[in-house]
Amino acid sequence: MDNFKPENSEDIAAREGDGKPLSHILPAKLLVLIWALLLFLTFVTVAASEFDFGGLNLWVALAIATAKATLVALYFMHLRYEKPVIGLIFISSLVFVLLFTSITLMDTQAYAPTLIEGYAPKINQ
Amino acid sequence: MSETEGHNSPEAGGAAKGRSNVPHHFDSARQHYESNILGMWIFLVTEIMMFGGLFCGYAVYRAKHPEIFIYAHQFLDTRLGGLNTVVLITSSLTMAWAVRSAQLGRRRELVLCLALTFLLGGCFLGVKYVEYSQKWRHGMLWGQKFQPHGEPGMALNAQPSSNTVNTPVAAPSVTAAATSAAPAEATAGFPAPGLAPQGLAVPAPETVELMQRPKNVHLFFGIYFAMTGLHALHILIGMGLMLWLLVLSAKGRFSAGYFIPVDQVGLYWHLVDLIWIFLFPLLYLIR
Repeated sequence: MDNFKPENSEDIAAREGDGKPLSHILPAKLLVLIWALLLFLTFVTVAASEFDFGGLNLWVALAIATAKATLVALYFMHLRYEKPVIGLIFISSLVFVLLFTSITLMDTQAYAPTLIEGYAPKINQ
Repeated sequence: MSETEGHNSPEAGGAAKGRSNVPHHFDSARQHYESNILGMWIFLVTEIMMFGGLFCGYAVYRAKHPEIFIYAHQFLDTRLGGLNTVVLITSSLTMAWAVRSAQLGRRRELVLCLALTFLLGGCFLGVKYVEYSQKWRHGMLWGQKFQPHGEPGMALNAQPSSNTVNTPVAAPSVTAAATSAAPAEATAGFPAPGLAPQGLAVPAPETVELMQRPKNVHLFFGIYFAMTGLHALHILIGMGLMLWLLVLSAKGRFSAGYFIPVDQVGLYWHLVDLIWIFLFPLLYLIR
């Protein structure tokens, strides 16, 4: 047991017969680094909301949020170290949400009162 | 490398040396782990779809009535929202650390990390309580309950112009039961015009004064309470799961060979954090 070094987390990990650990163990430093990055991006989000990018405002905010979400998903949820099918399942759920949101938004541009002149009865305001 | 040669590693599956605790319907401990993680991710997908529906509702209303969002979001305190974001991100760190501790078989570290995650979740709910009670006190609620009023002694701004605000209501006693053709929401319970939203949160007073109150502002608060309420419920459920894990880990049920429940609850908690990461800019930081 001379080569058993408890500080090396890989040695402590439970192993299957093939010697590979059950699942990837995230190094403590990486966890703290991701946390610091997330806090920094939160600060960026708030700071960016002080500026006016015109029509891009929403997209800038969403882009920063997506960057944060990517960090959480890849590292904290260890998608980066899982089999690719898990990542595929996660991405596909986002695709479906985007799909039905975009189709619904298309629908909002095609309401009858918008398309047909005088279609909706006037409501006494 | 042959079986565990040169390693003094725990048995996969958490069993005593040489035995196997892997349930019989799994080929190996790793397959057990991967199956459970796959199942958990499929559940997370259903959660994403559920919140996705609410986000879709948000998108539709914001596309059709951006002025409502630009006006009403000022009633939300960005500092409290930012604080909640920091709290949740830190709780994600402690949760990921808990998973790491479980994988390394460090029981005390695991219990500590789970307890910290639980406490941070409690902090989040505490800040939420402060925000919600602020809204309640000032009548900034959903639908028919939207009856904004300030506090005595608050300065009021000038009368809003009549072309953007519904015609003044004489007294709050005009009820929604009126069968007039006017939409009930436009007249029911609205206080006399000229009541400023000052003091309800910490908006820039000059911005608020410059803006006239658009119609149907209660729509924003309906969406706000639905989304943050459902999210807060998920935090509460997550805290319950954390408690369950705390009890189990204190009893020593988890080891380097068996930590799957910790991992699964961790995935759930990170998803709840993910959802808040999107909720925060969409609700609090609108321009």
